[in-house]
Amino acid sequence: MRFFFRRQAYLIDFTLSSLARRPGKNLGLLLVYTLIVFLLASVMLFTQSLRSEASLVLAQSPEIIVQRIVAGRHALIPASYLQKMGRIRGVIGRHGRLWGYFYDPAVRANYTLMVPRERELAADEIVIGAGIARTRGLSTGDFITFRASDGSAHAFRVVDQLAAESELVSSDLILLSEASFRSFFGIPEGLYTDLVLNVRNPRELRKVAEKLTLRLPDTRPILRDEILRTYDSIFSWRQGIVFVLLVGAILAFIIFAWDKASGLSAEERKEIGVLKAIGWETTDVIRMKFWEGSIISLSAFLLGYLAAYAHVFYSSAVLFEPVLKGWAILYPEFQPLPHIDGLQLATLFFFTVFPYTVATIIPIWRAAITDPDTVMR
Amino acid sequence: MRKSTLLILAIGLLSILFLLSVMDASLGRQDASSRIRLMQTQVREYELTDLSLFTEARYTRHLSQADGFTPFQDHPMAFEHFPSGSLVTPPALLGAPR
Repeated sequence: MRFFFRRQAYLIDFTLSSLARRPGKNLGLLLVYTLIVFLLASVMLFTQSLRSEASLVLAQSPEIIVQRIVAGRHALIPASYLQKMGRIRGVIGRHGRLWGYFYDPAVRANYTLMVPRERELAADEIVIGAGIARTRGLSTGDFITFRASDGSAHAFRVVDQLAAESELVSSDLILLSEASFRSFFGIPEGLYTDLVLNVRNPRELRKVAEKLTLRLPDTRPILRDEILRTYDSIFSWRQGIVFVLLVGAILAFIIFAWDKASGLSAEERKEIGVLKAIGWETTDVIRMKFWEGSIISLSAFLLGYLAAYAHVFYSSAVLFEPVLKGWAILYPEFQPLPHIDGLQLATLFFFTVFPYTVATIIPIWRAAITDPDTVMR
Repeated sequence: MRKSTLLILAIGLLSILFLLSVMDASLGRQDASSRIRLMQTQVREYELTDLSLFTEARYTRHLSQADGFTPFQDHPMAFEHFPSGSLVTPPALLGAPR
């Protein structure tokens, strides 16, 4: 056993010396390899984090939301629909929800205005999200004026600010009273944005939704489960930028493998010939090259993964911010929730370390089984 | 010191950092529990349905509430011009048979 380890140590010594003879090429290879792993691992960690956070937080969203659809578009729903749907077994509460969007030309940002049921606010009072407070430079006690749908100016007093830690769900939120909302957007009494249904037993949700679509054919029920599944597909591998990244990474690997598999450099062939001529066996040459492939790919994997971890969880995925932000002005400042999926990590390890190591060994095996004299010529 | 010993030390150090990252993730989740509870309370009290991650368009701000025509609101066959549209698939509801 001791002999085996000593033999491997000598092989590693030799491999490192061999790598050091071509420092530029090998360091460049390590750098590019590390960058590919970094990119893939960053997307993987960030996606997992967002999905896990979305599933935890949105598990508290309403069980069923009923939207009215007119000519394929979401339209305001009359309060009479609450009675029209009749009594449905399992539904323990039903009410209207008022919310909408407001484009603020001063900062060119979109806000979400919402009427909270659990919070009493006076006519001129608003509660703002941390993103709005930061973008507009507002704090509690300040006044802000918005132009209403009829062109009149509405002045609101900021009475509270939602906690900055909750920016991921409330960054662009403005809470205001029902009366203010209706007068601001010109929505008459008896109309809501959508309806909320509370259902005691989650297993009855599908049945309730089926009954709703029969009784109110111009509506569309949205179940909590569908809300959660929507965020499952975020950064899906089939989607735009992630697909481009993945294809780029796969192409880069193919280039690596092609470079290695299509043939060795004259210098490498000569090296193998010399080794065989001085008495190295084919298995020793293959072992040496196995170590070469393993050292480079394992180092690249560990360095790339650790850099990705620091990027996502210690710099809030700063490189992804411009992509996520898009054309939006308001972007939540949040610390992704650390989440590591063992299976995904193992998959990343397999697809980054294994192909390169194999691609290194095959051409060497071909060169190592031929006559040293032929190889050196 | 031999080169192989140096390499084993370096890989060992990186492996320890790797294990520390797994532990750090677990501790980080515990630290974030109060923030998650706060957001859960807000989602329940204000009846929120979506993350305020993409505020650029109404169908990206409330992904789960968008109707099937909003991405083509400008004209039929309009190209998606909001970058976040390349990060998410259409809402789960729209893919379901109706």
